[in-house]
Amino acid sequence: MNSSMLLSVVTFVYAFVSVLYIGSWTFKKEIMAKVGLYVLIAGFVGNTLGIILRWIESYQMGYGHAPFSNMYESLVFFSWTVAALYIFVEFKYRERIIGVFATPLIFLAIAYASLSPSIGDRITPLIPALKSNWLIAHVITCFLGYAGFAVAFGFSIMYLIKPTDHKNGGLTARLPSLALIDELTHQMVMFGFLFLSIGIITGAVWANSAWGTYWSWDPKETWSLITWLIYATLLHLRMMRGWDGKQIAWVSIVGFMAVLFTYFGVNLLPGLHSYA
Amino acid sequence: MKHSSNQGCVSDFVVDRTGSEYGPPVAVYIKKHGYLRILVGFKGKSGMTSRKKKFGSNNGVWKFFTSVKLTVFVLLILAATSIIGTLIPQNASQGFYLQKYGEVFFSLFKGLNIIDMYHSWWFLTLLGLLAVNIIVCSIDRLQTTWKIIFPDKVSFNLERFNRMPAALRFDCEKEADVLEKACHKLLETSVGPVSVKKNDGGTALFAEQRRWTRLGVYVVHLSILFMLAGAVIGSMLGFKGFVNITEGETTDFIEARKGEHKHIPLGFSVRCNDFSVSFYDTGQPEEFKSSLTVIEGGKEVLTRDIVVNDPLRYRGISFYQSSYGTASAKNVRLKYTSKDSGMVYEKTLSFKEPLILPESGGTLILDRFANGYQFRGHNLGEGFVGRIVPEKGSETEIFISVRFPTFDKMRQGKFAFEVDGFDKKYYTGLQVNKDPGVWYVYFGFILMIAGCWITFFMSHQSSCIYITGGDGRQSRIMVSGFAHRNPQGMKLKIEKLAEKIKDI
Repeated sequence: MNSSMLLSVVTFVYAFVSVLYIGSWTFKKEIMAKVGLYVLIAGFVGNTLGIILRWIESYQMGYGHAPFSNMYESLVFFSWTVAALYIFVEFKYRERIIGVFATPLIFLAIAYASLSPSIGDRITPLIPALKSNWLIAHVITCFLGYAGFAVAFGFSIMYLIKPTDHKNGGLTARLPSLALIDELTHQMVMFGFLFLSIGIITGAVWANSAWGTYWSWDPKETWSLITWLIYATLLHLRMMRGWDGKQIAWVSIVGFMAVLFTYFGVNLLPGLHSYA
Repeated sequence: MKHSSNQGCVSDFVVDRTGSEYGPPVAVYIKKHGYLRILVGFKGKSGMTSRKKKFGSNNGVWKFFTSVKLTVFVLLILAATSIIGTLIPQNASQGFYLQKYGEVFFSLFKGLNIIDMYHSWWFLTLLGLLAVNIIVCSIDRLQTTWKIIFPDKVSFNLERFNRMPAALRFDCEKEADVLEKACHKLLETSVGPVSVKKNDGGTALFAEQRRWTRLGVYVVHLSILFMLAGAVIGSMLGFKGFVNITEGETTDFIEARKGEHKHIPLGFSVRCNDFSVSFYDTGQPEEFKSSLTVIEGGKEVLTRDIVVNDPLRYRGISFYQSSYGTASAKNVRLKYTSKDSGMVYEKTLSFKEPLILPESGGTLILDRFANGYQFRGHNLGEGFVGRIVPEKGSETEIFISVRFPTFDKMRQGKFAFEVDGFDKKYYTGLQVNKDPGVWYVYFGFILMIAGCWITFFMSHQSSCIYITGGDGRQSRIMVSGFAHRNPQGMKLKIEKLAEKIKDI
């Protein structure tokens, strides 16, 4: 079994996780979310093994590099970081159903990697520009940042569709309290912001050691800065202007759109990052 | 009371008394924009609420720069305008813009500096505005919060702990003085130095930790100033340039990237000893490597190999591997066919070495290697430029293409020349930078990470255990606390503390 096959299996495990979480919410069965968590952990273990296996395979092919070098590998790693962060949040806050909108993101990323015909899963050698120890630090921190914003996005969607009127007892009333979702969104944004900052910084230090300039306004750099500015605005609005709830949820959604553009949209534009 | 309303900054507290915010407070709740804003005033010694006048508090310009609205405005405008430069390619040639956008848009772009927008006056003005905003805000807020961060004396207010919704109350089957001793120890080890206050009802134990974390947000703001300062220093005292050095050759100057390729002297010389490029089986390049020697005062000081991601640094100037190309050639193996006899001849030739052609064809002299020879508007790529000097008449310039071996046949000359092979002489393309501001930027990076960590994940926490003696062995306990941010985390901490007390 090679890593691509293993990761394809993981895709289906994650699909099942999404079904369980969404099901637990629609059918009001907490047991489904409980099972969902364990299936998610199983998928996460598979995801981890898949990444390690791919790393080993790259050594066997004689290339020997960390599996963070193309779109396929980055999407698989994106799923991994979102899964890791979500599992951590669920264990820390002991809230089951908050995964309704976060777990589908884990599935969607890896499904896009496995199923899209435009994304090849072949292991390719590293181009000279990527041969640096900074690659691992840069990719891991950036993706932790993206994961924080992705989970915050899931929580924000949940906040917006949950009615404030608890009496109707509908589907959405089953979700955790608004105050908790709001607090968790904020926690995730802060986590994402810290790691996006570290990601941009490691990228800048790397660029300085590879090209002699820590900032060159290449589209990916600029879009990561735009994302950073939007979340910096969110933090100022919350901490200094007292915004919360729906207002913050909308800003968080706008911020995540910027994350998606930084991640995918920029590949349509020319620049140093056009390989990933 | 909403805690997050003062997260990251304590500007919502108006404190004008030496001491801490835990003195007898006069709390005013003002509902604004659907959230609660807390203003806590303190009674001074005279018993009157006094306000020391802050620097710049009456100045309109100062007030403008302290507003968070301005911060949000500048951040969003920076984000929005930055998009433009990612959609319209920057610093391309004039022809490119004219072809892609037309005359009208080109003059518009030029007028608004959009073709180099990140260095335009208006973008730099926005960055300057951000810097002034940060400086003024920080000075303004530090004036009011310095006393909170570094109080002369920390005092606690039991009432405030009592009011906290997170406060836990429970009974304990132990005598009050036993519990007091144990709780004192517990608080000391888990939080910090304990201060004790006795009243007629019982004993209150207070402790606090990480008061200094309130400075975190100022560290973040300072980090941005360091980065901006580093960028200014770099652009004023540094340079960005490039140089191509052919294998075996030496240079003591480079060309600036901007400003009509102005020459910049290095102050020393650099020789390229050797350049090599290797490829993977897939045809992708694996490594570009140059061997460089620094020569200063006629002496070889340093010899090093550089690859992409591993530059040579000397006297504050860095040399980065950035490109390569074929500069010249040696040992050119020529094949030439006579049109008349059909005979094929071969000869290995160097530049300027005359080749006497057979069949009274005259003499061929190779003059130079051409990298991208233009012929009737077409780029023929690599090749050799030479001339044929006939025994009688004027000489003819010829081009022998590497890529198109039959090219010279079209000339219909006495001989058709083609290149059978040659040894390449490479040049290495180096990016050469000097940036004395980079260390300020790096220091800013460290401050940014440390400051964000402190601001987001650490808080100033105060804890209190209040023990009231009951009948005989029964005691009543209240555990409470508050933090200047992350109330959820503080709640968990209080719960843990309560668990430990129950285990005593």
